Amino acid sequence: MDTACIRRQLASKKVGIAGCGGLGSNCAVALIRCGLGSLVIADFDTVDRSNLNRQYYFQEQIGMKKVDALKSTIAAIEPDCRVEVHDVKLRPDDIVRIFGHCDVIVEAFDHAREKEMIITTVMEKLADKMLITGIGLAGYGRNNELRAERQGNLFICGDQGSEVSADNPALAPRVGIVANMQANQVLEILLNTESDENNPE
Amino acid sequence: MKIILNNREEIIDRDRMTVSELLEYKNFTFKLLVTKINGRLVKKEERDKAQIHDGDHVTVLHLVSGG
Repeated sequence: MDTACIRRQLASKKVGIAGCGGLGSNCAVALIRCGLGSLVIADFDTVDRSNLNRQYYFQEQIGMKKVDALKSTIAAIEPDCRVEVHDVKLRPDDIVRIFGHCDVIVEAFDHAREKEMIITTVMEKLADKMLITGIGLAGYGRNNELRAERQGNLFICGDQGSEVSADNPALAPRVGIVANMQANQVLEILLNTESDENNPE
Repeated sequence: MKIILNNREEIIDRDRMTVSELLEYKNFTFKLLVTKINGRLVKKEERDKAQIHDGDHVTVLHLVSGG
């Protein structure tokens, strides 16, 4: 498939991204660079100086709502991409309402409990929807531990083990790798070339 | 019985067991987990009752923070 064909196929697709931190902001930018037509982004947070070590934001965006900052960055790269923003701390009902009409959903939350919430919500209420989650990305190095796994309609990117803590922070390279693995998985699904290996369910 | 646990074959020296018993047997001690049997979600409060049988596909996903 050539670039024009890829962009043509992606132009009619809509992807939902739950959370606009390190995973969500980087994943969004990767997808729109490929020609994705529509994004639905949701986050309640504002851009903080401490986010700039890994999240796709800039000094002049400090203090802005992350959804607004990300929308303006996307417009500066791909002005034709439609971006729907939701300034909200997502709860189960919001996830169904906001992302129910998306082709694919990306889980890009920070906390394990929120990851659990969206996985169980999508499995129970949006069972036919594919969800791409990022689990295990703290620290540095250990490239070969980062992997992708499929469990039914759930795709898991990351090492599935290393948790962010004071002594094991989230840093740009591993966060960026996992965010781009998620974007890469979205492309594979949207372009209908996903393989069925690793899918016993 | 022989089950598929997280996409890998696993032989367990029992005829059946609950999801909670499997978590203990495998020493899965993470606080936050998503568990499934044959693709169907088994909620936390159902783990003591949900039985795993020979041939089942079982998923135990550990959730850790970071994003």
